[in-house]
Formats: sequence, C-alpha cells, structure tokens
Amino acid sequence: MRARVFVTLKPSVFDPQGHTITEALHQMGYTGVGDVRQGKFFELDVEAASPDQAQTLAGEIAHKLLANPVIESYRVEIG
Amino acid sequence: MKFAIVVFPGSNCDHDAYHAAKHVLGHDAEFVWHKETSLRGADVVVLPGGFSHGDYLRTGAIARFSPAMDAVRAFAETGGPVLGICNGFQVLLEAGLLPGAMLRNAGLKFRCEHVFLRVEQTDTPFTSLCSQGQVLRIPIAHGEGNYFAEPHVLAALDANRQVVFRYAAATGEVTPDVNPNGSIHNIAGICNESRNVVGLMPHPERACEPALGSGDGLVMFESVVTALTRA
Repeated sequence: MRARVFVTLKPSVFDPQGHTITEALHQMGYTGVGDVRQGKFFELDVEAASPDQAQTLAGEIAHKLLANPVIESYRVEIG
Repeated sequence: MKFAIVVFPGSNCDHDAYHAAKHVLGHDAEFVWHKETSLRGADVVVLPGGFSHGDYLRTGAIARFSPAMDAVRAFAETGGPVLGICNGFQVLLEAGLLPGAMLRNAGLKFRCEHVFLRVEQTDTPFTSLCSQGQVLRIPIAHGEGNYFAEPHVLAALDANRQVVFRYAAATGEVTPDVNPNGSIHNIAGICNESRNVVGLMPHPERACEPALGSGDGLVMFESVVTALTRA
C-alpha cells in the first residue's frame, strides 16, 4: 500500500530556503507570489491489512524518523 | 581517564577528537563504532563532528538510532559526561538528550571560520576550568548550526542556566552581527538539566594547539579531566 508523507516546517520556524525561492520568483517577475515554504515529500511502500493500518504505521514512521516534531509537522495520505 | 569517541559513518572529526584527548591531553582514547553496544568503560564520551549518514533526511536524524546511542543514553543517565561537537550536537538534539533542534544557517552559507565564544556557565564538566564570561577563539565549520527552540523551551534553558556558550565578539559582547548562523539568542552550545551532557556547534578539538590557529579549546578537555578527578 502506498503512503505519502508531507513534512513542513512549523509556521514559527524561519525558512531561509523558502525565502530564497520567494526572492528568486520575484526577480523572475512573479510578483504575485507571497510566502513560499519548502518542505519534504516521502513516498512509502508499506505492508498493511487496511488503509487505517497503513495510516497508523506511516504516522508512526513520520513521527519517529521522517519529521522532527520540534520544528516540523506532517500529514499522511494513503493511496 | 578514557575518552570514547563514537564514530558514525560519515563522521570526520573523530580523529581530531582522538588526537586532542590522546596526544595533546595525554589521556587514553578509543574509537567506538556506531554499531557497538558498549562504551568499554569510558569515563567521557565524545560525539564528533562530520556528516553522519551524509546528513541525509536531517543532520543526526539517522545516527541517533545507532546501537551505540543506547549505550550513550545509558551513560548520560548515570551522569557520565558527554560532549557533542557539531554533528555530535545535532545527534544529541535528534536523540532528545538535549532540547531544541538545528536548522539550516540563516544566511544559507556554510560557515567555516574562527569565532569567539563566551562561556556562560562554568559548572559543567567541560567548562569547570573556565571563568564566567571567558572568551574562547574556536573554529566553526557548519551549514546547519542555526539553533532553534520554542519560546517555552528557551525560557526554561535561561531559567536553568543551560546556555553554556554564546557567539560573541572578541570583547565578549553578544550582538547579532557576530552570530554566524542566525542561532536564536546567539546560542552556540547548551547543556541538559543535569548539566553532564554538553553540545556545541564549534570545534574545540580543532583548537587544542596554537600551531593550528588556536589553543583555546584545550581547556574544555582539561576541564572534564579535572571535573572527573575531583568527583
């Protein structure tokens, strides 16, 4: 079963990479772009008897390894 | 005294720490491979600098799950002195042995230069021979040294006097323009509540001999020997 995990920096954390991207976009003429936040995306191939089980397993993996809960939040999508 | 230097795949300042402990300080030092489960009776543990696991995922995020880290955790829980240098500090943060987290340098540049540190606490094993406010000239070499902690954690760090080193000017003054990486409150190093685990981004092990640019780091190694001898 496929699980997709999206990890993003918490809003209270300054994102210099996102800021750099915003600046680059403005220089390219995309002045209508406000804030850009850069995150991470993981695709996991997990063994699970049900989507709920996959969700739980992926959530545990996200919490333990894929995200640092001090500075990042995550969400899991199955399928 | 025996120093155990944990080596992760990608650690590259392990030999510098070994050299400092064994050849400069004159004490016993051993490398402990990250897969080992015993620290072999070490009195001091050092987690060295480098790029463990290539800094993949996040700095220190994978190394913290090494078997050796179980032994380090147990050692720290009995009050054993643990020094995390640069990547070692990052591993301690990821392992939860120190509070907070490390972000990419605010200026996005890898900073490789000598900085001045102000010693804020002298009651840790690694600063016991320092004086309050002492300024040390120590090199940094990192791209992710931007220390972050949530406001309530920062408040606790201040209340418990857990900020051990701050980036400062040569005069000891702590100002934003001497902050090389955007670290909150110019924090360069901290300790845990029990004060036996210290992590810092700068490299004292690379400042133990004046011929290499500075000898100011040696006092941290001398301190832990003194602290253990007194105990």
